[in-house]
Amino acid sequence: VSLPARVATLVLAFLAVAAVALFVVIHYFLGGPPTVDYSSGVTPDTGATVHVVMQEDPQNTVSTHPDWVSYFIQDPKTHAWIHTTLFKVPAGSKIDMTIYGYDGCTPLRNPYFGRVTGTIGGVEDVDGKPVKVINSWSGCNVGHTFSIPGINLNVPMASPGLTASLCGTSPCTSGPHKTMTFSFMSPKGTGEYFWQCRVPCGGGFIDGFGGPMQTIGFMTGNMEVVS
Amino acid sequence: MAASVADDAQGTGSAGPNHGLRIFLIWLPVAVAADLLLYFVYGPHMPPGQMSNTAASQQFDIKVMSVLAAPIMAFVLVAMGYSMIVWRHREGDDEDGPPIFGNVRIQATWITVTAVIVLFLAGFGTYELAWPGFAGAGSGEGPAPIWKPNGTTLQVQVIAQQWRFTYRYPQFGGFETTALMLPVGEPIQFNVTSLDVIHSFWAYQLGVKADANPGVNNVAYTTATQTGNITVRCAELCGLWHGAMFNFGKVVSVAAFTAWAHKTEIQLAAVTKILPPYATSYDPTVVPQINKAMAKAGIGGANGYYYPPQDPVQP
Repeated sequence: VSLPARVATLVLAFLAVAAVALFVVIHYFLGGPPTVDYSSGVTPDTGATVHVVMQEDPQNTVSTHPDWVSYFIQDPKTHAWIHTTLFKVPAGSKIDMTIYGYDGCTPLRNPYFGRVTGTIGGVEDVDGKPVKVINSWSGCNVGHTFSIPGINLNVPMASPGLTASLCGTSPCTSGPHKTMTFSFMSPKGTGEYFWQCRVPCGGGFIDGFGGPMQTIGFMTGNMEVVS
Repeated sequence: MAASVADDAQGTGSAGPNHGLRIFLIWLPVAVAADLLLYFVYGPHMPPGQMSNTAASQQFDIKVMSVLAAPIMAFVLVAMGYSMIVWRHREGDDEDGPPIFGNVRIQATWITVTAVIVLFLAGFGTYELAWPGFAGAGSGEGPAPIWKPNGTTLQVQVIAQQWRFTYRYPQFGGFETTALMLPVGEPIQFNVTSLDVIHSFWAYQLGVKADANPGVNNVAYTTATQTGNITVRCAELCGLWHGAMFNFGKVVSVAAFTAWAHKTEIQLAAVTKILPPYATSYDPTVVPQINKAMAKAGIGGANGYYYPPQDPVQP
């Protein structure tokens, strides 16, 4: 085999390996859901109010896992629903949350997390009514939770009920649902705060704790606090 | 030079310098100095500190291990340094080293010393595992502890779940909270369990580490001897947010703890009512109330269904 042929083969092999490595880096390490920015135009540490809107759905038909339960976050500018669980808020601000609960119910593994903590006033409003504790073991009461352990925030998401005909296409725009509203103060200073659902809602996985429960973009994500 | 080394190694008593004695004389002050520094200067600062009897006991163990290990390490370094200087290759010396046929005295000394150290560590380790107060030295002893402290203990249940620890206080109405508050000077019994995967309750400053297994009660004891803050971490890789599974606790005076416990019991009464009755472990797949409610409505499948062990087939 001639020298140019050998050199060309070597270069091609090197490029092939480099391309595979690049794909792995981009696809697995740099890839991922987008971050919805609620901090733009808000001065941090002034107590300004930011309105974050989310929804939890019984499925995610816009993803490669259509049977996984999922949260969506609304873009504050376009009001489009984004398939992500990453959002950014300004530090030291009042975060007004609205979460639409379109999913059915599953009992909490630990009913302690039926208690609202970390919100202003220690309450959430479910369809406008203040609630401090929801018993997920006494009936079809809780669909999911929105919990940020780093700031001791835990808010159970009420369910539209046992017999509700749930929305079948994500993101849901109609169908039976509950509306949860609550407020909390974002921490002063920058930081990353993971959030999660505490209901074992990963159907088809061992004890319901796999799949969407362990995957960013579905039932867990990050709240980035920026200054 | 090579011949004198061979003579020394074989103990033939040549007229060359006594390298063994030289190495010993260099090693002895180094070893003594290292031990004194380790025990008295660095020792009191060694992890995990002295915030509880179990932590202090562990610190003592680490000090003893260090004091035993330092002379050995010093010997290795001194021998290596001595060899590099005294037996280094010299200009024009291309002769091979002499063959070594063994030395009974050195071999017997080596076997005796290492045997004594290993047997001592076995005995010391077994004793220390039960100490302090023969209460298990802060490690998880399983549901039927071999070593227990004398007298009554404050019961604190540690419930691990992805990705947070919660704590139940059965002697105060069984309330559950995310705050870990402990009294100083009172024996504490941690009952550690999990509601999902395997976690590990590691209260670093208290010197307590116990695995949290679903459906199992793992008991560990300690007595805090100082007030202050403690850090609790999960020490078992437990899923996506394992690295963020930590919280802080406090050791306070008995009076402050009692006041806090009574106040919290009242504050959390509403949520305590919906908790399952206190038990040393919980079967996370059994929720009798919800099964009843679901059955009444004729609901099965993923919606409203509490995933049983066969969904999916367990490995």
